[in-house]
Order: sequence, then C-alpha cells, then structure tokens
Amino acid sequence: MRGNAEAHELVAPGNLAWVLELLAAAPGEWTPIAGGTELMVAHAAGRLAPKKLVSLWGVPELRFIHASAESISIGAGATFRDLRASAGIAAELPMLAKAASWIGSIANQSRATLGGNLVNGSPAADSSPALLVYDAEIEMVSARGSRRVPYAAFHTGYKRNALAPDELLFAVHLPLRFMRSRQYLRKVGTRRAMAISKVALAGVALIEHGVIGEIRIAAASLAAFPARLNQVEAALLGRRIDASTVAAARAALHAEVRPIDDIRSTAEYRKRVAANLLEEFLNELGVEAPRR
Amino acid sequence: MSGHCATIRFTVNGVQCAVEAPPMKRLLDVLREDLHLTGSKEGCGEGECGSCSVRMNGELVNSCLVPVLQAEGATVQTVEGLATEGKLHPLQQAFLKCGGAQCGICTPGMLMAGAQLLSIHPHPTMQEIREGLAGNLCRCTGFVRIFESVIAAAAQDCASVSNEAGDAR
Repeated sequence: MRGNAEAHELVAPGNLAWVLELLAAAPGEWTPIAGGTELMVAHAAGRLAPKKLVSLWGVPELRFIHASAESISIGAGATFRDLRASAGIAAELPMLAKAASWIGSIANQSRATLGGNLVNGSPAADSSPALLVYDAEIEMVSARGSRRVPYAAFHTGYKRNALAPDELLFAVHLPLRFMRSRQYLRKVGTRRAMAISKVALAGVALIEHGVIGEIRIAAASLAAFPARLNQVEAALLGRRIDASTVAAARAALHAEVRPIDDIRSTAEYRKRVAANLLEEFLNELGVEAPRR
Repeated sequence: MSGHCATIRFTVNGVQCAVEAPPMKRLLDVLREDLHLTGSKEGCGEGECGSCSVRMNGELVNSCLVPVLQAEGATVQTVEGLATEGKLHPLQQAFLKCGGAQCGICTPGMLMAGAQLLSIHPHPTMQEIREGLAGNLCRCTGFVRIFESVIAAAAQDCASVSNEAGDAR
C-alpha cells in the first residue's frame, strides 16, 4: 500500500438527493466512487489524484434493473453480478449478460458497477461494445434535473465524457427490439479469465431478402474510446454477403479504426484480429436460418 | 479537512466492531491492523490475485478494494470465521485431505471464494469451479488439488453448513 488513506476525504451521503446536493455546491470538486475496482487500485498504488471522494455504494436509487415490454433500464449502481443475475437481461440482451461475465472475477463483479465501467471510460471497457450496438441511451442526473444522450455520444475523447461537473450517470436505457436480429460478440484477450481485452467486437444485423437490411457494429480497444464503426456499417448496409462484401468491410475497418501499441497488444495485431472478428460475424450472417 | 478518522461499525465473523479509521483506509488494512485478523493476505493490492478475499453482505469481495467507510453496517466474514464451534468448514477439511494448500498465501482467499461458490452451487461443475476461483491466483499447486478440494467438499454437502455471511441473497 503506497497510498495514504489520510490524504483523501471520503463521505457517504447515503441517498441520491444528498449526493447531488454535494456535487451542486462544489461542481468538479468531488469524485464519485462506487465499487472501487478502478479508483482503489490507483489508491493502493499511490496515484489516486482526487482528494475528495463521495461514495455511491449503497445509494439505493442507483441500484436497480427495471424491465418493461419495450425496454430495460439499468441503474448506474447495478453491479455486474446484478446484471448476470437478471433473467430479463439474459433473455432480451444476451450480449450484455455475456459482457458482464467478462468483467474480472466474481469478486470484481460483485463490486464493479455498470456506471463505473462507463464513466471510467476505458477504451477496453467490456460492457461498451454490446451497449453501443443495442442503441443504449444514457440518463444523467444533477440537482438541475435529468437529461438523456445516446450512448454513442457519451464518450467524447480518451477518458472524457458528456457529464457536467455536477452530474452523475443515473441509468442506462436499452430498447428491446433486437430479438429478430442476429447478434455477435467476441472478446480477444490474453486468457479467458481476468484479462483486459486486446480487442472486442459486437454486432447486430437484420438480413432481409438476402441483403443486410440493418446493421450496427461497435468495438473496444480500436480507438481512444469504445465506438460504433460507422464506415464499416455503411460498407455493409444493403449488400449481399459474399466475398467482395467481406473484402470491402475489412478495408473499411482498416481505414476507420485507430488502435495503438500498448502493453497489451500492438496496433497492427488489433487491426488484423478486429477484421477477422468482423469476417467471422459476416460469415455467421451468411449462414441461413437464424437460430431464434 | 482531509481524511480525518471516522467511527465505522460493522460485524466481523459475528462480532460487532467499531473502529476509528480514515474512511479511505482499505478494509483489508482495517482487518489486519486494527482488528488483528491477519488471515486475509495482501498479494497484488489491485484486485487481481484474490488473496484478500472476504465475504461482505453475502458477496465475495476483494477487501483491498473496499474503502472501510463502505463497510459501515455490513456483515463481513473472513477466513477466521469459516470454522464454527471449533470445527473446520468442510472446505477447510477438504484442503487438508487433498493437499489444497502449499505455501499458504492464496489459501485464505481460495477458501473464501470456494465457500462462496459452494453456497451458490452446492454441487458445482468443473466450469463453475474454474470460474468461481478464476480471481484467485495460486503459484504452487497448479490449481488441480484446489479444484479437487472443492469437489471433495461438495461431496460432503457444504451447503448444509451454516455460515453467517453467506445467505444475504
């Protein structure tokens, strides 16, 4: 333990209104901490910059999963264990359930929250590709009220996002309109357990009369933040799946992504593997008869 | 004002505790330094190795990643609380019988993760055992004897063993 506990203030207001009041009184001064799976690592290493922290753990208004016929709403304080335990998510949003199982270990999943994963904004965030292709919407809340943005517009740069200094991520809303879609999610890491992804790719698509009628593709670890691959989608929309379509999609991916070399992988490897994942998805789409 | 001490109350292994500590002090350090429960170990200090695993409100957590303020009011179980009334938990007995412990550093965390696993899956598949222990690293045994210990404990029906922190859900 190289950090100094006495150098940091931590308060636990215990309910949402009081947390928002604290943030409103001094915007930007308080750093929210939920399950601590990111910030406590920095703390132990002696590199936790924020001096004033406000605990969101145990704030009851943030920990929920509500399902209706049209959508599932997940509170920012829901843990990945909560997500994995949700029958609604398993049935309606299977890729999100799968992504939740990728998060670290059981002990990490019982503390790490969906909101924390998104606000932390790692380019490699496990939950992000699935949320992007599921057209998630982010609800943010402050003492001034609440507002929504598409998740695709939430990340604005490396570890930067659309939250104002007095705002919290409140919930993630997911429309339930993908039951007929073909879905694909794959992560490539060093090993199956406890690995941060080298690259991950998610896709949903509808095949109509032999051509791609609707398609969304998103990736992690291919840019400064998790993002949709709009150029790849454009290269595929309305096309029949054949060798030339696959080649065009691979070329579009190579032109669109901006991976980097880092301790986990190289830009070149990431590009090539991402293109392979894309091809795997397209090959699955090319096979007749959706499983559902 | 910075991290002045607060009084934090929680239950550890069935005993009510009140500690004076900076709110950002890690639960692991409070357990070891303030409560002298040195069974929980620090390996990596970043939630990767699992040697600090404890159960908090029925969930497995890495105590190195819990600021003690977030344990306020919680029910915590450490490896010291696994044996009850002088009798080892079946998983502890199985570790002895199967050679599940070697150098011992990972053992408290393995026992807590294994006990958590058995409380949810009394008769786990090998896949469930592998996943349940994936966050606990052992560099001695090669894991096989640990998996065998869990299987042996499951055969003794661990689920029937009461534990004070394992049934919050």
